[in-house]
Amino acid sequence: MNIQTAAPDVAAEIASIPIEEIDVARPSLFQNDTIGLFFDRLRAEEPVHYCRESYVGPYWSITKFDDIMAVDTNHKVFSSEAKLGGIAIQDMHSVEGALELEMFIAMDPPKHDQQRKAVTPAVAPSNLQLLEPVIRKRAGEILDELPVGEDFDWVDKVAIELTTMTLATLFDFPWEERRKLTRWSDVATAAPETGIVESYEARREELIGCAMYFKALWDERINQEPKNDLISMMAHSPATRDMPFLEFLGNLMLLIVGGNDTTRNSISGGVLALNQNPDEYAKLNEDPSLIGKMVPEIIRWQTPLTHMRRTALEDWEIGGKQIKKGDKVVMWYLSGNRDESAIEHADRFIIDRKNPRHHLSFGYGIHRCMGNRLAELQLRIIWEEIHKRFSRVEVTGQPERLFSNLVRGITRMPVRLHAR
Amino acid sequence: MINVTFVSSDGERRQVQIEEGETAREAALYNDVPGIDGDCGGVCACATCHVQVDPEWIDKVGRLMSDGMEADLLQFAEGTTEYSRLACQIPMKPMLDGLVLHVPEQQY
Ligand code: HEM
Ligand code: FES
Repeated sequence: MNIQTAAPDVAAEIASIPIEEIDVARPSLFQNDTIGLFFDRLRAEEPVHYCRESYVGPYWSITKFDDIMAVDTNHKVFSSEAKLGGIAIQDMHSVEGALELEMFIAMDPPKHDQQRKAVTPAVAPSNLQLLEPVIRKRAGEILDELPVGEDFDWVDKVAIELTTMTLATLFDFPWEERRKLTRWSDVATAAPETGIVESYEARREELIGCAMYFKALWDERINQEPKNDLISMMAHSPATRDMPFLEFLGNLMLLIVGGNDTTRNSISGGVLALNQNPDEYAKLNEDPSLIGKMVPEIIRWQTPLTHMRRTALEDWEIGGKQIKKGDKVVMWYLSGNRDESAIEHADRFIIDRKNPRHHLSFGYGIHRCMGNRLAELQLRIIWEEIHKRFSRVEVTGQPERLFSNLVRGITRMPVRLHAR
Repeated sequence: MINVTFVSSDGERRQVQIEEGETAREAALYNDVPGIDGDCGGVCACATCHVQVDPEWIDKVGRLMSDGMEADLLQFAEGTTEYSRLACQIPMKPMLDGLVLHVPEQQY
């Protein structure tokens, strides 16, 4: 089937909008997947662009690869601090009474550095490899259950299931209750507008339930011999075992949230990209050893987090524009990942690129994604197991996309499996 | 041409050559030396080009400066020591001919 991209009249309409009126914060642009056309214009006409008015207030858009890199690596000028608004285009702490856990992704040095250093060993690649056999076995079991030759929703049956399974494995979370993890992750990042929670009170209550659950797991692990799961590691490591509980919980939630919808949408995004590029799918079937290079290309192509935001701590010039102290600065990774001046054939999905890891999806600098090798490991295992079983995962209907300017998500995607 | 030897975590030695002005990261990548990823393109932004300078060479290469981006990034890398540097921050010059760099088990 032909998977639609923007119709010609839509493209013409976007081309005629005066540049100063462009507002890329609107979640609908991501949902209808026309956002790329807007970013093409910004990169060509005004790569550092100021939007005066939007539902999230005024903000700067940084759209070129090198400018994004310059902001991301300049943490002394561009702050991630939650109290200044945090790391997303929509301010954190903007809602009274919402329970906000403190996470180091939204902190500046020195606090960021201390917390990150404490948690880093838990996701060190050498530790993760110990978990590979379990993740592989469980991925295989999920895939073996799937119906062959009939339509079903890939997102619910596979993408969410595989991600939940790997999270549960990483934390050695009680298996039967593993969907709780997904639920809490969704809740932790949800505002009532999304329909995931009814109100901030309801959200607060669920998160307290989550805190109590993890407290019990922590108590259980600390009284057992050390094991390879992340909770046990944090409970026993000298750097983390005396952490105040709320800090531990913030860090734990960051690991869960960080790896939840990002991985989920990379799994779905990869299937979609291969269907939109049949020649690449053929290459993969011919030579599955390309999976190692395909995985970072999928992560670039999908760009699961469209942006990270910073707040300027002083006046600063980028691309000839004067950013003022206090301004909101948005690094659009999704745009930088399509920047021809940094990535050859950036508008094409190519599974055997020369430098596939040269992309912005994990950010750069001191906040660069801590789970980046873990994410790649999971996706590699999953694709190897898919490849063993199915010659093709065919997308059979229009995918539906998430209404969000931060998470680039696919919410539903009908597929049919072809056995190998 | 300047000679650089990369020693892998299991002790295997690979000698390669690189032109003056390139960095130790390029020396590894142009010659497909495994274990140096260099994701960011060599601009000191990712720490996936971590190496341990052989103690004999550390004074010629120079130790890690205690402040600056290189130190900020290396604090989160796995298995760092006082000899840790980022390969993209080691420009090759004639005085480094014969340099020995140890590649960690994994980049991260
Ligand atoms: C494809 C999957 C993933 C993508 C695209 C992704 C993306 C990102 C991005 C863009 C950042 C911020 C970078 C910056 O500000 O420069 C980040 C930070 C982070 N990610 Fe990921 N992530 C993924 C998977 C994971 C996984 C599996 C984990 C779990 C271990 C994780 C844990 C974190 C943490 C803890 C941070 C905060 C790092 C800091 O502030 O120092 N991520 N991630
Ligand atoms: S290549 Fe990224 S820090 Fe050296």
